[in-house]
Amino acid sequence: MKPLTPVAPATRVTLGIAFFVLFVAVWAIATLGGFVPKTFLADPITMVKSGYTLIAEMGFLKDIGMTVWRVLGGFIIAALIALPLGVLMGAYKPIEAFFEPFVSFARYLPASAFIPLLILWAGIGEAQKLSVIFIGSFFQLVLMIAVAVGNTRRDLVEAAYTLGASDSSLVKRVLIPGAAPEIAEILRMVLGWAWTYVIVAELIGASSGIGHMITDSQALLATDQIIFGIIVIGLIGLVSDLLFKRVNRQLFPWAALGK
Amino acid sequence: MANILSVRGISRTFEVAGRAPTVALQATDLDVAENDFITILGPSGCGKSTLLRIVAGLDKQSSGEVLLDGKRIDGPGADRGMVFQSYTLFPWLTVRDNVCFGLRERGLPRQQQLEIADAFLHKVGLRGFESHYPKQLSGGMQQRTALARALANNPRILLMDEPFGALDHQTRELMQELLLGIWESEKKTVLFVTHDIDEAVFMGSRVMVMSARPGRIKLDRAVPIPHPRHYSLKTTPVFAELKAELTEQVRAEVIASQNATTTAS
Repeated sequence: MKPLTPVAPATRVTLGIAFFVLFVAVWAIATLGGFVPKTFLADPITMVKSGYTLIAEMGFLKDIGMTVWRVLGGFIIAALIALPLGVLMGAYKPIEAFFEPFVSFARYLPASAFIPLLILWAGIGEAQKLSVIFIGSFFQLVLMIAVAVGNTRRDLVEAAYTLGASDSSLVKRVLIPGAAPEIAEILRMVLGWAWTYVIVAELIGASSGIGHMITDSQALLATDQIIFGIIVIGLIGLVSDLLFKRVNRQLFPWAALGK
Repeated sequence: MANILSVRGISRTFEVAGRAPTVALQATDLDVAENDFITILGPSGCGKSTLLRIVAGLDKQSSGEVLLDGKRIDGPGADRGMVFQSYTLFPWLTVRDNVCFGLRERGLPRQQQLEIADAFLHKVGLRGFESHYPKQLSGGMQQRTALARALANNPRILLMDEPFGALDHQTRELMQELLLGIWESEKKTVLFVTHDIDEAVFMGSRVMVMSARPGRIKLDRAVPIPHPRHYSLKTTPVFAELKAELTEQVRAEVIASQNATTTAS
């Protein structure tokens, strides 16, 4: 193998799928072959069966819907505030100097540690779940967007000025469009992190959602259901990631050129 | 002819914390008349780009003033078009929209923007590439787009900071002819910084040589070759004579600047 040599698209897909197959095979051998006791790890077949039961008889689709709604709700609120703030911080250095130290501090605060406080403040309803997602993604978004905007090539800024751009149109016509593909990538990444927070939020004080189902299953030692829940999260993450990538490529065809 | 640009006692000193300030540019005077094509030659680090950037409004002088049509310059503006050495097309805009950038900024109707942009793209030989993105173009084509973008704004003066410096030799020679042709037909005024002596003589109606740091204009020569110019004149005696003189002048400055570096370090 030569370093950095690209692979053909078809090979790429085959290789990607091959590892999934290998992973499931190892799992099947370990469980069906009797190497791991059933109490600790359910086998793939039981997992699929109980997954079917969950969806067909126990309304698990509603749980999935709830979780997706919470992730998207919290994430969209965070993004709507983080986008303008991040752009302002990236473009205007006094604004950055004002917010940046606090945001840097706040982004290291673990969102899951806020759950007890949030339950106290917001109860165990939806507001609390959305708040966890918000705290988990907002500060990361702000900081990363500010850096993306602030990294605009200085020679492009100078070129815009010599073409008669005003300060406000420099932000609108150079800083924002130039950073847009990177901002889209940041949104994609942080949405992935948001998924990890929602499950934690649902493990405590929830009556619906994938995390809630997992907690319920824990009490019954139903490892098959727990694994099914985890896999569903993984699949949703994978799909949303692919969608995001595709949309980004559609929106910013120029960004992929020359790479 | 009236001066359109007057540089009056411009100097630039860079403050470095904990060290003596560096004088990049000594008090410099320069008058540019309508339809002049002035090329500025000098060793690297002599302040020729600094001078151009101050005229463009991208750098602030430490003293002196720059007047454009008698009005003091304070910051960049569309009346001074600039072409940079680095590729500065906006990568998210097509070639056509890059050329429209300044026109849109002025609030021209879209239809008029497109007419002007396409006319200039045609002039620089990029018809058929209007919908390409900059990354799909060669370096020479990108610089031609940058030239069209600057010209589309109809600036009073065109400032060029080694615009062909990153191009290969053959492309560079073609670009020189292209620019010269446009200058001759559009009656533009150009201030062109380069370290290529051939380029300076071939293109300039006046050639200036700057001294080693701290920079100042030490020589100002009219080029006694009529326009329009053909590339074949690069082998004529007049050309060779002027080139020889300028080579001596520039060489002396390069040596001076190297000696200065050696004694400093």
